[in-house]
Amino acid sequence: MLIYEQSQPGRRAFAQAPKQRPPLDGVPTALQRANPPALPEVSEMQAVRHYTRLSRKNFSIDTEFYPLGSCTMKYNPRACNSLAMLPGLLARHPYAPDTHSQGFLACMYDLQEILKEVTGMKRVSLVPAAGAQGEFTGVAMIRAYHDARGDSARNEIIVPDAAHGTNPATAVMCGYKVREIPTLDDGDVDVEALKAVLGPQTAGIMLTNPSTVGVFERRITEIARLVHEAGGLLYYDGANLNAILGKVRPGDMGFDVIHMNLHKTFSTPHGGGGPGAGPVGVSERLIPFLPVPMVGFDGHDYHWLTEKECPQTIGKLSAFAGNAGVLLRAYVYARLLGGEGMVRVAEYATLNANYLAKRLADAGFDLAYPGRRATHEFIVTLKKQAKELGVTAMDFAKRLLDHGYHAPTTYFPLLVPECFLIEPTETEAMDALDGFVAAMVAIKAEAETSAEIVKTAPHTLPVRRLDDVRAARELDLRWQAAG
Amino acid sequence: MSNDVPSELKYTKSHEWVRVEDDGVVTIGITDHAQELLGDLVFVELPEVGAELGAGSECAVVESVKAASDVFSPLSGEVIEVNEALAEAPETINQEAYEGGWIFRLRLSDPAELEGLMDADSYAEHAESDEH
Repeated sequence: MLIYEQSQPGRRAFAQAPKQRPPLDGVPTALQRANPPALPEVSEMQAVRHYTRLSRKNFSIDTEFYPLGSCTMKYNPRACNSLAMLPGLLARHPYAPDTHSQGFLACMYDLQEILKEVTGMKRVSLVPAAGAQGEFTGVAMIRAYHDARGDSARNEIIVPDAAHGTNPATAVMCGYKVREIPTLDDGDVDVEALKAVLGPQTAGIMLTNPSTVGVFERRITEIARLVHEAGGLLYYDGANLNAILGKVRPGDMGFDVIHMNLHKTFSTPHGGGGPGAGPVGVSERLIPFLPVPMVGFDGHDYHWLTEKECPQTIGKLSAFAGNAGVLLRAYVYARLLGGEGMVRVAEYATLNANYLAKRLADAGFDLAYPGRRATHEFIVTLKKQAKELGVTAMDFAKRLLDHGYHAPTTYFPLLVPECFLIEPTETEAMDALDGFVAAMVAIKAEAETSAEIVKTAPHTLPVRRLDDVRAARELDLRWQAAG
Repeated sequence: MSNDVPSELKYTKSHEWVRVEDDGVVTIGITDHAQELLGDLVFVELPEVGAELGAGSECAVVESVKAASDVFSPLSGEVIEVNEALAEAPETINQEAYEGGWIFRLRLSDPAELEGLMDADSYAEHAESDEH
């Protein structure tokens, strides 16, 4: 029920309201409302009950195991939130002069340095306001680099078929043609196919390593050499950085540009269209093109670097300097962990994924890449169950909810049929992992004996199986008051 | 492999079917096997009438709740008609892939290319081995 539907004229939460109407002196009459806004009129108790009820409908990491992992968002330690809300940070005005912002600027400068160190890149800009904008920035810099060299005939970006859908979309947004290359049966990029498409038209390649199939690209240095020899640049999609923190660095693999989704690896909030942060890091040759403003340090003071200091910059991307509040949370997270802690993140994320993969395989589930060690995530294919029992990955996913587990990513990557992409992350204890395995085993047993229960799941949630086909065919996004 | 593979049609590895009509025009769609893999379709992007297509070029998109997939033109030629009804009813492809679910018609520029397509038996075998 929407809070609007509980509205009754004249109901108020008096304790929350100001004693009197605030004075409107100085607001031009033309800008003043003639009628009050159409807000719901409810009592304080109704408002409390409404939002508490809504929060209990949330199936989230605060209440259940959430194997979407960093692919969507990691657990956000509460400390990051409270420290980013220190009064000095919270009350600072974005246009406060540098002299009054040294503490905040020091945090941003340190974050640039930390991300540089973790990724092995030569310089970092924190400006992009989300991962997608980070990707756009990265490819825009590749374009600026080729253009600055008078090498503008390069019009193709190579993307493996296992890539995130955003990669080809970004390439197209930046005016490039996309060349897709296949993935081998063992999960690695097909290097022979890569050789066949490389040429004077190659602007670059976009890769995720570890890849979306949950394995480390073993021939990455050879790929980097081939692409560089053809005159192209290498783009690193930072989606899977969690697996390699403190272990191996994209800069050392030969990448020229990387974007990092801070909500994935550095535990910042993330929501549909909410404030995000997608910093970019670059190799030596792309430094001039980084977006502004960045934070500089002259040994004494911190200051903003703008178009004046960076004349070749691709420019500004958002109002001012990106989402400061989100960046601060990532900074706190990185400082709380330290270098040692980051290594432990990668080790536990990988250990948890491999433990879960092994236990599920022992329980009779098919791994998509059984010959490979998992990184921070791995893929189970339910192709056999779909074929023999008529129970699909989607059915398993919905039934997991009844068993008290959030479903993992389903049907991605597209090249593995009936798949679950499972990522427990480093924060889960062994008993949570064991509980997930027990639920999967129980569902498999149900699928074998009483498949109907699985096919019609969920049975215990506020809503049953949603008709996503009808929702897509008959889009209806607007609420209207009844009557 | 339980899907329907009519013997009078020609096929591609990328799961398109081709029907050779009397007047040298061909009708093209995606196979029953392909629609089953995709699941319930929610959107079809049609080629433009008058477009000149090369064999193997991307010319349409079929989208389900699971995935969006390119459709490739099996042959070279000019698009002379598209199945406008699919815009309103993409599910027709799920219901009758080889009849009402046709996607576009092509006037061939090189009829010899037909020789390169698969017959029903080879396609059935291909779909079986490729099953994913």
